[in-house]
Amino acid sequence: MPDEVIDCRGQRCPLPVIAAARRMPEVPVGTVVRVLADDPAAAVDIPAWCRMRGHEYLGSVNGPEGPAYDVRRTH
Amino acid sequence: MTDSTVVGSLSTPHRGLPSHTAAIPSLPVSASPVYLDAATAAPMHPVARQALLAALDDGWADPGKLYTQARRARQLLDAAREATALTLGVRADEVSFTPSGTTAAHGAVLGGLAGRRRVGSTLVHSAIEHSAVLHAAERHVAGGGTATAVPVDRSGRLDLTAWSTAVRAPGVALAALITASHEVGTVQPVAEAASACADVGVPLYVDAAQSVGRVPLPAGWSVLTASAHKWGGPPGVGVLAVRKGTRWESPWPADERESGRTPGVVNLPAVVAAAASLRAAAADAAAEASRLEPLVDRIRARVAAEVPDVEVVGDPVLRLPHLVTFSCLYVDGEALLHALDRRGFAVSSGSSCTSSTLRPSHVLEAMGVLSHGNVRVSLHRETTEADVERFLTELPGIVAGLRAEAGVVGL
Repeated sequence: MPDEVIDCRGQRCPLPVIAAARRMPEVPVGTVVRVLADDPAAAVDIPAWCRMRGHEYLGSVNGPEGPAYDVRRTH
Repeated sequence: MTDSTVVGSLSTPHRGLPSHTAAIPSLPVSASPVYLDAATAAPMHPVARQALLAALDDGWADPGKLYTQARRARQLLDAAREATALTLGVRADEVSFTPSGTTAAHGAVLGGLAGRRRVGSTLVHSAIEHSAVLHAAERHVAGGGTATAVPVDRSGRLDLTAWSTAVRAPGVALAALITASHEVGTVQPVAEAASACADVGVPLYVDAAQSVGRVPLPAGWSVLTASAHKWGGPPGVGVLAVRKGTRWESPWPADERESGRTPGVVNLPAVVAAAASLRAAAADAAAEASRLEPLVDRIRARVAAEVPDVEVVGDPVLRLPHLVTFSCLYVDGEALLHALDRRGFAVSSGSSCTSSTLRPSHVLEAMGVLSHGNVRVSLHRETTEADVERFLTELPGIVAGLRAEAGVVGL
């Protein structure tokens, strides 16, 4: 389960990625942040951002709140 | 050919970052336009213009009729077909001219499937085919057929093991593979893919729109399509080549023109111009590739070095000579295209905000690379080193300005 959730529903890419990037330095290393994002580009861009920044992409879930992407801060 | 990466209308309201325009200096009137979107449409070759004007006088009659004017038109059409066949390395009667590259691709897919429907109803295609091929595949699936998409790696190159497995499955009627990606430039292993198809008797269709007139064509295909405005011919001319012995059946209502492969009278002046410019482009192709390849290398190196947080995508070596794609982290693709346009640069993008469907490019998605802030630069015979230098000089500041405006510097 995620430690916290960022709601980026209704936002177009790159805004969900930017929101995740802004939040990441504020949470402790090891924290799992879930990004809720209904822009289809988030499915491509959140994993790609994790790869570029060296954070761990844990995968996507499609729950009642729509598509969500889990990221663990690793450094 | 309609292209999934073409930027949306300028009147489309911007849907991403608000007020992104303020940080970008307005276009000085003197900024000369630099067109860097040849992969969508190359500027018309002077030979095409010349041939088009001449053919308007001589090529207006229906070449199928039996009077003097028609015979003159027929001669022009036959000569265009002979010249095109020679360049493609096929027989003249294997070549048909279509009203666009898109209709050629639709016909190649649907006709290849129709010709082998007794064998099965599965289409195997790469995940990075042009949208024209994918739309034909959707039509096939909607009609009860099946389609298998074969993945690519991070560089955009076909997974040959998955391809070989897919074409060996029972009931495969046709396999479709783009010769080189129109979005990222990665050249595909067509010879190996063709060999896997030949082993199991599956015909291979290749979309060669970005290769014809630029690079040598691969061997082993049964059906090929191309599009004249990609090589400097006029828009509205496609080429469909079907090798002898290929089970291909026209998916369109019957029409005797163009060997029955595509209905309707051809736009003969445009076809004549397309054939003349193809011959000219093919004659210069090796020299042009040698000139453009280092310019693309320079773009790849300088963008990676001088724009922070950028991902240059596609294979750095096994690639088309004229095309390069990169994505800028935290930058809105539509804002970037408009900012470049204001500085006189015409480029394309695979970012979702630049597409009419608001979906990211399926090619970037299949590769698993960043889709936002995406720019495709494609060069042509009129592109100069100075054009490329100006682009490389201005790009870092344009990206930095957009990032500053969005408040994403240092993220």
